[in-house]
Amino acid sequence: MSAIISVQNVSKSYWRDSLEIPVLNNISIEVQEGDFLALMGPSGSGKTTLLNLIAGIDKPSKGNVIVAGTDISKLGESALAKWRANSVGFIFQFYNLIPVLTAFENVELPLLLTKLSKSQRKKQVETALTLVGLGERMYHYPKQLSGGQEQRVAIARAIVTDPVILVADEPTGDLDKNSASEILTLMERLNSEFKKTIIMVTHDPHAAEKAKQIRHLEKGDLV
Amino acid sequence: MKVLKLILKNALRHKLRTTLTILGISIAVIAFVLLRTVVTAWYAGVEASAANRLIVRQAVSFIFPLPYAYRDKIAAIPGVETVSWANWFQGVYIDKNQFFARLAVDAETIFNVYPEFLITQSELESFKAERNSCILGQDIAKQYNLKVGDVMTIEGDIYPGKWDFVIRGIYRPRDKTTDATQMLFHWAYVDERMRQEQPIRAGDVGWYIVKIKDPNQSALISQQIDALFKNSRAETKTETERAFQQGFVQSTSAIITSMNVLSFVIIGIILLVLGNTMIMSARERTREFAVFKTLGFSTYHLTGLIGGESLLISALGGGLGLFLAFPIIQGFESFIPKGFFPIFQVEPITVFFGVSAALLIGIIAAVFPIQKALRTSIVEGFRFVG
Repeated sequence: MSAIISVQNVSKSYWRDSLEIPVLNNISIEVQEGDFLALMGPSGSGKTTLLNLIAGIDKPSKGNVIVAGTDISKLGESALAKWRANSVGFIFQFYNLIPVLTAFENVELPLLLTKLSKSQRKKQVETALTLVGLGERMYHYPKQLSGGQEQRVAIARAIVTDPVILVADEPTGDLDKNSASEILTLMERLNSEFKKTIIMVTHDPHAAEKAKQIRHLEKGDLV
Repeated sequence: MKVLKLILKNALRHKLRTTLTILGISIAVIAFVLLRTVVTAWYAGVEASAANRLIVRQAVSFIFPLPYAYRDKIAAIPGVETVSWANWFQGVYIDKNQFFARLAVDAETIFNVYPEFLITQSELESFKAERNSCILGQDIAKQYNLKVGDVMTIEGDIYPGKWDFVIRGIYRPRDKTTDATQMLFHWAYVDERMRQEQPIRAGDVGWYIVKIKDPNQSALISQQIDALFKNSRAETKTETERAFQQGFVQSTSAIITSMNVLSFVIIGIILLVLGNTMIMSARERTREFAVFKTLGFSTYHLTGLIGGESLLISALGGGLGLFLAFPIIQGFESFIPKGFFPIFQVEPITVFFGVSAALLIGIIAAVFPIQKALRTSIVEGFRFVG
């Protein structure tokens, strides 16, 4: 297996007024293609920041983040947006579905940026929703779905473009035990059956158990 | 699903707020169109004035008369085609609050100098032949349900007494800029009665209307007319009909300026109403914009989403406002005396300004929310608590 993600000597600081707050300190980590990595650590340890850097929604203060051969830390905003659209699937703690859109339309959103025809989009959306077990609820709005179902729609949205990597930030953090278990099983399946590389941030040791590899962060350092 | 559908869904997310905003915009557009229509109506006389007509009036003030004897002297000036004249009669017909222009005119020449008043040859001949006859504008005839042969009794004030006039014709306006609210009768009839009852006022002419052959000669002929009566007991001031009408309008310039300013204040109010809605709407969706950015939507897409929603709301408000403005303005017109604004209609330019203002406001109102959405990073967007 080759490293699909390579984080090299990455530091990240945020500024509050004139005060610099270091979040990550010279981190280096590699993730192999097809891996399922769980990032754990206490609040404020920098795990979500590291995930954001890998997913290209934030930029490092120092160092490089190379994903599938592309140094995304050097990409401009526009190029980075295109890269995200093509390469990354996102799963958030609070699902972040658009409430005025149906499950189908939410999943279709990333495909609007592609050149796919309407029928091709429909086919892909239906495949993704069926894969997450929501083939019967395509035209329901988020408020008509349970938390677990909403998260499954979010997963369908994350995989519909067939991205290189999936990033998940506390995907079970807002779910009850049963729903959380279903979501983790689904993610496990995406990794094992569909060979998706997954990086998941979690507080939950039970969730982390599903990953192939667990790394801990503390005060901005990998331990 | 297309972006337009998403814009529509976003606009309808808070139905009550969007509806109230659309109604607010439409009411403001109605007010804007109404004010502009009133301002336009004020200037209608100026716009309708002919280039080949000069107005000769008393130099001191319009209210002082000129001698009838000036007629032949003016007519003798080279370049003058026709000389006609008129007196402001005023008086009351039925209701003193219902105003329309009542003028004593020279029956022989008045329709030569005002070809925009269309009348049949037989009606004109009947009018000329009968001294106590009158010609009525079709709008006034319609308003009072009058027809040829009816008698109109005017209670005189400037010219005291009861005056009976038989309607011998109803003139039609040549186009929509022509005043169809005038009542015209024989100056000679009025003068004859003045000669008997108030001889000192006999031979008084309110103003002369001089039709000239070449509009380019208007300045020269005006100078020649005024020079002719310089140092006389009734010096004249001659000007083009447009300048004469503008003089009237300028006497109320403060009101018109206020209305002009007010109409643009209304534009500002619409901007604030829509701007407030868009800012609230964008603020509530800060996290969603972060989601869109995360999914790969670009600056261009977000600008389209927010700007499109703002434009949609402003277009709906503007469209509704314009749609309602026409019947409302018609209703407003029925409440004002017919002759007060002889030409009262929504001009195409007013519609154009209304539509342009609504769309421009849609664009401007979106600027701040777009700027905010674009400047907020994805990380900040996800941290936002609305």
